[in-house]
Amino acid sequence: MTIDRQSLERHGLKPGELDRIVAFLGREPNQTELGIFSVMWSEHCSYKSSRVHLRTLPTDGPQVLQGPGENAGAVDIGDGLAAVFKIESHNHPSFIEPYQGAATGVGGIIRDIFTMGARPIALMNSLRFGALDASGTKRLLDGVVAGIAGYGNSIGIPTVGGEIAFEPSYAGNPLVNVFCLGIAKASDIVKGVASGVGNAVYYVGAKTGRDGIHGATMASAEFDDRSAEKRPAVQVGDPFMEKLLLEACLEVMQSDALVGIQDMGAAGLTCSTTEMGSRGGAGVEIEIALVPQRETGMTPYEIMLSESQERMLLVVKKGREGEVERIFDKWDLHAVRIGEVTGDGFLRVKSHGAVVAEIPNRALTDEAPVYRRPMERPAYLQTVQTLDLEGLGWPAPSGPDDALLALLGSPNIASKRWAYRQYDHMVQTNTMNLPGLGAGVVRIKGTGRALAVSVDGNGRYCYLDPRLGAMLAVAEACRNVACAGAQPLGATNCLNFGNPERPAIMWQFAQAVEGIGEACRALGVPITGGNVSLYNETDGHAIYPTPVIGVVGLLEHADCVLARRFRGTGDMVVLLGAGRGELGGSEYLKLAYGLVRGMPPALDLDAERVLQNLMVALAAERLIRSAHDCSDGGLAVTLAECCFDTAGAGAEISLDAVTIARQEGLNAAAALFGESASRVVVSTTPDKVTEVLQQAAAAGVPARIIGETSGNRLRIAVAGATVVDLSIAEAERVWSTAIEQVFARKVA
Amino acid sequence: MKFGVIVFPGSNCDRDADHAATQVLGQASELIWHKDTDLKGADAVILPGGFAHGDYLRTGAMARFSPIMREVMAFADRGGPVLGICNGFQILLESGLLPGAMLRNRGLKYRCEHVHVRVEQTDTPFTCGAEAGQVLRIPIGHGEGNYFAPPDVLQMLEANRQVVLRYTAPDGQLVDDANPNGSVHAIAGICNERRNVVGMMPHPERACEPALGGVDGLVILESIVKAFATA
Repeated sequence: MTIDRQSLERHGLKPGELDRIVAFLGREPNQTELGIFSVMWSEHCSYKSSRVHLRTLPTDGPQVLQGPGENAGAVDIGDGLAAVFKIESHNHPSFIEPYQGAATGVGGIIRDIFTMGARPIALMNSLRFGALDASGTKRLLDGVVAGIAGYGNSIGIPTVGGEIAFEPSYAGNPLVNVFCLGIAKASDIVKGVASGVGNAVYYVGAKTGRDGIHGATMASAEFDDRSAEKRPAVQVGDPFMEKLLLEACLEVMQSDALVGIQDMGAAGLTCSTTEMGSRGGAGVEIEIALVPQRETGMTPYEIMLSESQERMLLVVKKGREGEVERIFDKWDLHAVRIGEVTGDGFLRVKSHGAVVAEIPNRALTDEAPVYRRPMERPAYLQTVQTLDLEGLGWPAPSGPDDALLALLGSPNIASKRWAYRQYDHMVQTNTMNLPGLGAGVVRIKGTGRALAVSVDGNGRYCYLDPRLGAMLAVAEACRNVACAGAQPLGATNCLNFGNPERPAIMWQFAQAVEGIGEACRALGVPITGGNVSLYNETDGHAIYPTPVIGVVGLLEHADCVLARRFRGTGDMVVLLGAGRGELGGSEYLKLAYGLVRGMPPALDLDAERVLQNLMVALAAERLIRSAHDCSDGGLAVTLAECCFDTAGAGAEISLDAVTIARQEGLNAAAALFGESASRVVVSTTPDKVTEVLQQAAAAGVPARIIGETSGNRLRIAVAGATVVDLSIAEAERVWSTAIEQVFARKVA
Repeated sequence: MKFGVIVFPGSNCDRDADHAATQVLGQASELIWHKDTDLKGADAVILPGGFAHGDYLRTGAMARFSPIMREVMAFADRGGPVLGICNGFQILLESGLLPGAMLRNRGLKYRCEHVHVRVEQTDTPFTCGAEAGQVLRIPIGHGEGNYFAPPDVLQMLEANRQVVLRYTAPDGQLVDDANPNGSVHAIAGICNERRNVVGMMPHPERACEPALGGVDGLVILESIVKAFATA
């Protein structure tokens, strides 16, 4: 048999890659082997374009228990416990079939966490869609949110927060990034290794069907108008099966009968057997006829490449098989012995005794191709980074009141209640900060501690400057966690980009990774793992470069937790950090002028670090009553949000003027809606405000009393003149119902 | 006293109920696997929330066939207190321990949020610590909580004072906006004729610690202990 060009293309392999395969095997691969190579060498599994850049990320720290390379990362949270967490994308499947695509994304990330021996305790998500009023967006949003809810609610893990953004660049390519956090005993973290010659390899969970064949390859290609034909490559989720697997696997891990375990995610049986063998320096031999099959007549090729969901691969110590089988039986799961660990380092697949594939593990994993792809600074940056403030003219809507209401009603800023009330965010009875109130916060029962989590990204900033945009994403995620009172401990990243074979995209990628690395080093949050999603393009249009950062932080005393809302009248409102009226890339500029231009806000990482440390200290000493990070929509939106969910409590605020242009209206807008980084609005009682200001001064953080909580209106003066005067009830109605109203409208 | 919390495959509020019983109430509690055939000496039984057996058919439809349900029914027949929360309520309906059925929420979407419920009856083991008319702020989390019963059954429920909890506004007024799922007569919870079996959609175990933002659910759980002490 010779392999023709068409067959290679169908497998997403390049002619040079075939030569490499032939060199490894000393012969041409058969079809099954070609399929195995194609998924293991796909961008999704091999990280062949991104690996050289990812190596530069900081991954070490005294708190890191598990860095990148395992199913998930882990950090030490004291009391002998570990926080195990990871973020992953399911963009391509969610575009083709939003409900199942999102649902199986949730299922996959949950498996990554319990595979490490951790009980999952919280889910988060970061979603990007085209403009909400554009055709097709509502269908996608509705399906994705229902899919996340359908899976997470059923399995009983609370979805405690996240973010949703709308930009035209995601219209043909929505982003669905899902994050899961679990808790394990630090000493009991389980790894995905196969070792010990003769140990049994077990398959447990759902039967293997023809669904999802070549899912990993699909996730490594661009979309076009024929993408809907790829629907069979999307898997179907069964959260009940996963719930049984979760409980049964955690029970099996209580015994020491287990050597290693891995879920069958992307590239299914192929990936789990080769990765486990490779990590353990061993080989794995399986008999494909023993694999439980949902359909008859499946070929070895199909069985090896199926991405049927809710399946696990286990390596069990010799002589302990009975114990493990009994536990799975209790949960009505059938654990099947399909092979054993060997000493020769090969993945060997047999079908009814005949060898159908025989490949050195190393060739599929460590020796997968690595590309240092060409990069080029994209030409568009020259244009979009310039912003002529003097030439902007009068904005629409013109007045600050109207502009603030318009921002509060913009789907990017408006309350996401429509989505999160579809998620069970309270199951497990640990949720201390409800969604929408800041970082997600879950207590750790039996310890007095809590964990705070935030996932953040800003595609618009990264489009304007990928390096700075990525740094800002790290800073914001850490700041959100610090605003809850938690010390950021570690981060996970999900890197969503276009086609890496285009030099401009590869440049964006490299710049963003550099930015993440620099910010993580400065803020002391190592990257413990993550995921890269490339080829996010449809018909040649790439998404905004969108790194999404998930950060986990620790609250030593759970009862010190803070949220965004003001707590009562008569409190002093203090602004920490300094604003420079930066409008580049802002929501205001987009809304009032339809522009995505300028440079994103500047970021001083030293200033950011001391601000975050100050936040943790103020919370620990119980000196403040609320804290809210200033981001999209600037200070005015931040202040309005501080007033929401308080039964109508208002505030009287006075801000300094900023001068960015000759036009006065624009200067006021810059003071209100500029998105300068490293700022937090806190509130405190009058007797503690001096102490707050003193601590800020000692830390070197600019701090100023900007007003107090009072009445039922939000009044904001800039340089002494009142420019905003809104009833909280009215503003909150606009903010809280904007997205629901879009769905309430009849679809034309 | 001792609580028995039934664990069906797919239950996911079992540990929450167990935590509330032991850590909040300071009582004994045991998780009881659905294949077990005795209640391990429990003085009160909780059927917790979740998606028993996946709920791919009708919610609760398969759980009634779990071996432990035979014991739960015998326990209820003897007058033992049984509380079904959310999925547990659905299971009580399917097993015939309570009348009526659940439909999908009228908005057709799962809803998780705090709601207000008014205590209508205080002569059950799960509301005996509450005041009649007391309004509780307790979370719900369900996609099928739209209680339905035919007119004659409703009439009987009302005549026998079997409606235990109703969705209301925070001030206790019956308004349609306060009904999160479209339940007939704004029903959030009912009891059987003998009043020892109660099913409710809201989750009291999610509202019994200040750290979780409210303690209004505590009165439901404390009622059980009170009822046991005075029995």
